[in-house]
Formats: sequence, structure tokens, C-alpha cells
Amino acid sequence: MQRTRQWIHAWLLLLPAFVFLLAFTHVPAITTLWNSFWTTARGRRPSRWAGLDNYDTLIADPVFWKVLVNNIWFAIGTIPTSIVIALVMAVWVNQKLAGRGFVRMAYFTPTVLPMIAVANIWMFFYTPGFGLIDQITGLFGMAQSNILGQSDTALVGVMIVTIWKEAGFFMIFYLAALQTIPPSLIEAARIEGAGPWTIFRRVTFPLLMPTTLFVSVNAVVNSFRMVDHIFILTGGGPDNASSLLLFYIYEVAFRFWDTAYAATLTVVLLAILAALAIGQFFFFDRKVHYK
Amino acid sequence: MSWDRALNTVGAWALALLWVLPLAYAIWTAFHPAAYEANFTLWAPLTLENFAKAWSAAPFGRYFLNTFILVTAILIGQFILGTLAAYAFARYSFPGRGLLFGLVLVQLMIMPDILIVENYKLIRALDLIDTIPAIALPYIASGFGIFLLRQTFLSVPKELEEAAQIEGMSALGVLMKVYVPLALPTYLAYGLVSVSHHWNNFLWPLIITNSVETRPVTVGLSIFASIDSGVEWSVINAATLMTSGPLLLAFLLFQRQFVQSFMRAGIK
Repeated sequence: MQRTRQWIHAWLLLLPAFVFLLAFTHVPAITTLWNSFWTTARGRRPSRWAGLDNYDTLIADPVFWKVLVNNIWFAIGTIPTSIVIALVMAVWVNQKLAGRGFVRMAYFTPTVLPMIAVANIWMFFYTPGFGLIDQITGLFGMAQSNILGQSDTALVGVMIVTIWKEAGFFMIFYLAALQTIPPSLIEAARIEGAGPWTIFRRVTFPLLMPTTLFVSVNAVVNSFRMVDHIFILTGGGPDNASSLLLFYIYEVAFRFWDTAYAATLTVVLLAILAALAIGQFFFFDRKVHYK
Repeated sequence: MSWDRALNTVGAWALALLWVLPLAYAIWTAFHPAAYEANFTLWAPLTLENFAKAWSAAPFGRYFLNTFILVTAILIGQFILGTLAAYAFARYSFPGRGLLFGLVLVQLMIMPDILIVENYKLIRALDLIDTIPAIALPYIASGFGIFLLRQTFLSVPKELEEAAQIEGMSALGVLMKVYVPLALPTYLAYGLVSVSHHWNNFLWPLIITNSVETRPVTVGLSIFASIDSGVEWSVINAATLMTSGPLLLAFLLFQRQFVQSFMRAGIK
């Protein structure tokens, strides 16, 4: 009797949170899959069973492949760079340094700004002719650039903004991890005659491995979730050159109002994130346990 | 050794200057007349005119109010629901605990942010399109918050709870009088992360709002900046700084707490 009452207590405590969790995360994830097998209702024509038609469309859709490849390049282009920069920042800020407070603030500030604001600020660098980049290159007599307006450089322009915004955020995690490394370990290595680089490579870096994995997973999730700056910087253009998967989902759902196809695209995104979660579960739990 | 140190200092400062440059440039243009957009004279006249122009050109006052209501509502909701759920996971054993906790962890990976299509349909079915509750509802229950609070509650010594029970406290009394006070640093950390996250959130509010009365500042700013009718840069930059201003100011004032909060929230 006592036990059953405990159970009911626990379930009641969980009830409010689970109403919202299920309503806005779990159930939509399942209905997304379900709706990807139906057609979009249009006007008086109701939605009907479509089987795998939406997936046929997906495979034949060049824009889908384009944004998927873009997203992969975006991940490759932003994640390792911002992680390396974050690590360097953390190592610098963690040691005695003249004006450390200012340096740390400088690294971290972009993290606090809204992505929309960040994109606005960078627009003034990129704008052809007037932007600061062109003002500077103009001094050296170089031709006007149009980084965001050209299909071969637009994505790179978006990547730079992302790195600027994210590096400081990842730095925090490295900083936290660095502060847990016992100084005696470093001291011992130094007594053994190891130089600073060897100490970093053989002692510090391996001890930071769990952080690196945590940050990497976060970064990958972000690269599929963060599209705010695209609205301001390029609008996905030119010709989808800088569009990412979630941005395309937004366009399909809320510009073309093809919700069934948007659901199909979302299934791909869900599959990627699920694969990541499963990978993380096995990799994280097996490979990094030396605490 | 000292060579090494000098080199490190130079490197750290060079990167720091590079990192503040975009923001410094935005601040420069916002506080100077348009003529000085790319003309860096030390004694260029300072002005607040750009801020005044931006403020009168779009209903930023209303946008701020909307964001403030939104962020507060989400925070209160997350605290209440998160506390209750975290307490259940930390101190009760009941059938389905593992499964339910697994469902909470799923939300760390699959967030409402990406389920925009289905969530839009749900909000429409609830007839809440273009309301502030519509922006807040998907975020009221946060898997991250539940997880974080559970970890904190687990570290509370059980003896304290038992002592309180002997005193005759109810389960909710124990939660409010023992657990919550001990977890205050976690609440602060999580609060800062949550407020800055939802202050900055854009995609979902963009989709679900379409009037001045509901739009948060991020959406308002994007509309203001995308008008191609030749709004001056300096004015757009002033608006940009204005919308990030409160957060930026809070960050500069509470830098240490901010950094530590983000650290605390990140360590799992």
C-alpha cells in the first residue's frame, strides 16, 4: 500500500512535465514519420495515403541533396576549426596572462549575442563595396568582393560567422575541464623533463578527451539546428548554395506550404540526430572512461 | 620560458582583438553619425541619434515587452515542471523510471526546434497562433533542465531529507525547504542559460507570430533590418545593439557568474 502511494506520488510529480514533453517532442516526432506517408491536403482535396511517394520525390529532389551536402560541408568546415580555436582560447585564458579578464570577455561575448544580431553585425563586413572587408581590400587596390552573393563562397561566409559565434561557447567547456586537471600531474611531467608541447600532447589533451567528445556532439547537433543567421546573411542563396537542411524544411513548410514533404525532410533530420545519439551512447560510454 | 610566455600573451591578445573587432565596429557605427561609418577619426562626434531613429522607426518597446514576458514565462514554467520531475527521478523508485528518464534524455538530442512542422499544426489546433503562449509552450518542459536538476538533487545527502521527515514535513515540504534551497546555484546557472537562449531564439517565434503584439525582439530586429528601403547601417547597428543590449550588459556586470553558469550547465 505504502509502495503504491509512492508510485502515484512520483507519477503525479512527473505528469506536468511529461504532458509538455510528449506533446511537443515525442508525439510530433512520431507524427512527422506518419505524415511523411501522406500527401499534403490542398484546398478541398484532403490528404491521402501516399506510401513512399514522398521519399521518391526526396531522392529525386536535387535541392534536397544540395542542402544535405551543404550541411555536411558546413559541419566539416565549422566544427574542427571552432573546436581547435576553442581549445587554444581555453589554454591561453587558463594561464597567467596580462589582461586575462578582457581576453576572456572578448572570446566569450559573441556567445551572448543573438544569432540574428551577430548576422546583422557581419553583414556590414560582407556588403559589397561598402562593407569593411571591401573598404580594407580597396585600400590595396583589390577588386570589389561579393562573398555572400557568389555560390562558391556564400557558404564559407556563413561558416566564418558561425565559428566566430561558437568558439567562445566551446571554450567554456574546455576551461572548466582544464581547471579540474590536478597541477601535480603537469608538475610531474615537467620534472620528467617534458617540454610544454609534450605536456600538452601527452597529458593535457588526453585528459580533455571527454570534453572534446561532448563538445563535438554538441557542435554536430548545432550544425543541424542553427539556421537563424541564414535568414539574414543569404536567405539560403544564391541558388541554394548556402541553404541548410532545416532552412530548406522551413522553406518547404512555410513558403511552399507542402507540409507532407517538409515532414519527409524532417524524418531525414531526425534519422541523422538519432544516429548521432546512438553513436554517442556507444562511443561515449565505451571509449572515454578513465575517471 | 619567458619567451614562451610573451609569445602566448601576444597570441592571446591578437586573437582577442580579432574577436572583438566585429562588435567594436558595430558599436563604433552605432554611436557616430553615418558619415563616420568607415572613417575612424578618434575625435569623431558621438551621438545617440541612431538609437533614437531606430527606436522610433519600429515598435521596439513593444518587442522588448514581448520578449520579457516570453522569457519570464518560460523560466517560471521550466523551474516548476523541472523541479517536480527532477525530484521524482532523484528520490522515488517507481515502475517505468528508466523508460521515462530515457524519454527525457531523448529531448537533449531531438529538440522542439526542429519539429517546426508538427508543432505548428498542434498550435493551430489549439487556436494559439500568434500568441506569446504559443512561443513558450514547446519549451516549458526542458529535458536539459530536468536532467540538470536531477543531478543536483542526487547530490543532496539523504540524511537531511530523513531529518525533515522526522520533523513531520510532507514530501512537497521537503522538496521546497530542503532540496530547492540547496540547489539555488544550479537554478541560477540554468536560469542564465535559459534566459539567454530564449532571448536569442528566432526560428520558432518567426514561424508562430505575425503581429507587433506578439513578436519578440529577435524577429522584430530581423524585419527591421531586412527592409531594403535604405535604412542606414548606423541605425541598423544601433537597433542590433539595442536588442542585445540588456543581455550584453547583464553579461558584463555578472561576467564571472555567467561563465561559471555556462560551465556548470555544460558539465554533465
